[in-house]
Amino acid sequence: MIAQSIVEERSSTAVPRMDAAVANPVEINDLTVAYRDNPVLQDIDLTVPEGKLAAIIGPNGAGKSTLIKAVLGLVPTVAGSVRIYGKPYAQQRRLIGYVPQRNSVDWDFPTTALDVVMMGTYGRLGWIRRPGKAERDFAMHCLAQVGMDGYADRQISQLSGGQQQRVFLARALAQNAHIYFMDEPFVGVDAVTERAIVALLRELQRQGKTVICVHHDLDSAPDYFDWVALLNVRLIASGPFETTFTADNLRKTYGGTMKAAIEHFQHFEEDRRGSRIEN
Amino acid sequence: MTTAIFVIVLTGALVAAACALLGSFLVLRRMAMLADAISHAILPGIVAGYFFAQGPNLLAGFAGAALAAAVTVAVVEALQNTRRVGGESAIGIVFPAMFALGTFFVSKYFANVHLDNDAVLYGNIEFAAFDVLIINGVNWGPQSLWVLGALCVVNLLFVVLFFKELKLATFDPGLAAALGFSPALIHYALMTMVSITAVGAFTAVGAVLVVAFMIVPAATAYLLTDDLRRMIAIAVSVGILSAAGGFVVAFIFDASVAGAMATMAGICFLLALLFSPSHGLVTRFKRLRRQRMRLAMENLVVHLLNHEHVAYEEHEAEVNHLSSELRWQTGFARRVIGLAQRAQLVQLTDGHLALTDAGRELARRAAATTVEPSSDLLAASP
Repeated sequence: MIAQSIVEERSSTAVPRMDAAVANPVEINDLTVAYRDNPVLQDIDLTVPEGKLAAIIGPNGAGKSTLIKAVLGLVPTVAGSVRIYGKPYAQQRRLIGYVPQRNSVDWDFPTTALDVVMMGTYGRLGWIRRPGKAERDFAMHCLAQVGMDGYADRQISQLSGGQQQRVFLARALAQNAHIYFMDEPFVGVDAVTERAIVALLRELQRQGKTVICVHHDLDSAPDYFDWVALLNVRLIASGPFETTFTADNLRKTYGGTMKAAIEHFQHFEEDRRGSRIEN
Repeated sequence: MTTAIFVIVLTGALVAAACALLGSFLVLRRMAMLADAISHAILPGIVAGYFFAQGPNLLAGFAGAALAAAVTVAVVEALQNTRRVGGESAIGIVFPAMFALGTFFVSKYFANVHLDNDAVLYGNIEFAAFDVLIINGVNWGPQSLWVLGALCVVNLLFVVLFFKELKLATFDPGLAAALGFSPALIHYALMTMVSITAVGAFTAVGAVLVVAFMIVPAATAYLLTDDLRRMIAIAVSVGILSAAGGFVVAFIFDASVAGAMATMAGICFLLALLFSPSHGLVTRFKRLRRQRMRLAMENLVVHLLNHEHVAYEEHEAEVNHLSSELRWQTGFARRVIGLAQRAQLVQLTDGHLALTDAGRELARRAAATTVEPSSDLLAASP
């Protein structure tokens, strides 16, 4: 609880977004990313409104991760622009938290869980300045938020997959951001971690943050998120689940060959008539 | 004579320390081969430095080497981007070409000067004491000590000042880039430091062995600790130890000093690989065997429990029958039973095994935990 109040307090003081009323957290215009002459993303126009838990959904090779990386400037773009609260990313780094795919790093790296979480504070510190007690304490609070404070001094290779994922989430929290980009946070995690992530997403939303997640599971998507972008190289549709997550749009996204997707959808639609997300 | 010995050992220790400071990051970034390439590819840069300075000039050498290293790294990356030439192959193409160019110019223009092909390959640490630094007619002592001492200080400053950046860019370049710490900049800075260090180390130990001093102590340290700071400290210590030990060996056997030093580093690595308390092969083997024996003991008590109240209990519990039943070699079965007896899980009387209370308890627990209920997972989705 203390941890949460500290996070809120800090973030409310550190928000340099004067034009929040007019500018959306993320605005992508005509974005194209290509690998040689193969477009990975083509002419994407996407605006994510403030305070949404947004899922980016699409088949393998749809460019979901690439979209996040393009927004963060990690892959070169061929055309288009990305604006974060109306400004280029480079000016808004501090407002963004990033959770890369878990398998993108070497977990045999000689360091502890707490140290990895502290890396989230490096952006605020800038070059050369070292993290001190304040950063350390804050990192501990972030670890506590994902239920990992008991593992602070654990060498990261000694953690389970789910625990590693929670360390990554804690690190993003340590970035004390306003928009969180997460690349497949639910992949290969245990039930405890899955619940912890869902609780965290809700908490972030309660604090008015925007979360954008690459997600692959059509089944759980409507329960975890309230906004969706359907992607397959091009943007098929985006908006609230109720109007966007339709059979027609899913067929367009998955090319109609993926019967399972449609079945999932019908299942979901029946569910929706019954009861929608409790929280 | 004693001063000469002291200078040689100190030179070796400084080379080792300067190299090991950077080596830890090279090992963690899996760039041992690139470091090797740089240590060879700087040769044409040094030669160019000699050429423009009209003779041995350290600063010109450093500048030329740094430039050659940058060219090497850039060309390797460009080749790797063609996709037809994989990572290792790109390195394999670039550095022999650069090194060959260097040796060609050395043999053509500098064969009679300080720089000869033998010195290029093996260095001449043996003569470290005789190459003194003279400024305005004042003898300041062996030049190698000044150069390598300065390198140690510069590398230490680099690693200490940019510890956070180096760590982040090594562990997670994606996050480093997202936070505004350009991983490319850090990469080139590290490569520049490697090239400058290679120049300093090169005159002492030669191009072939520089990489041994950069990589081997760091790889040794990586086997011994799970903490980056400690890893760097251990790498430096192992390097210095190898230098001192190597000199003693070379002195006794009247052999190449640089070669003996690098060999000692190799021996340190081998010892760590075998006997590291955390990652050593011996530890791993022991752990595996312990796990196997624990599992076997569990199997044994579960087996005994399953047959405990059956009529032919007596027969089931015979040692010989047991080994055939569980498909265990008799020797292995004896060992397992011996261990189980010592752990007071079973009692052996007249060739018949019986569970103790502790054994029965373990068997029940082991049998209960084999199947984990997956209801947890179902509860997660509403």
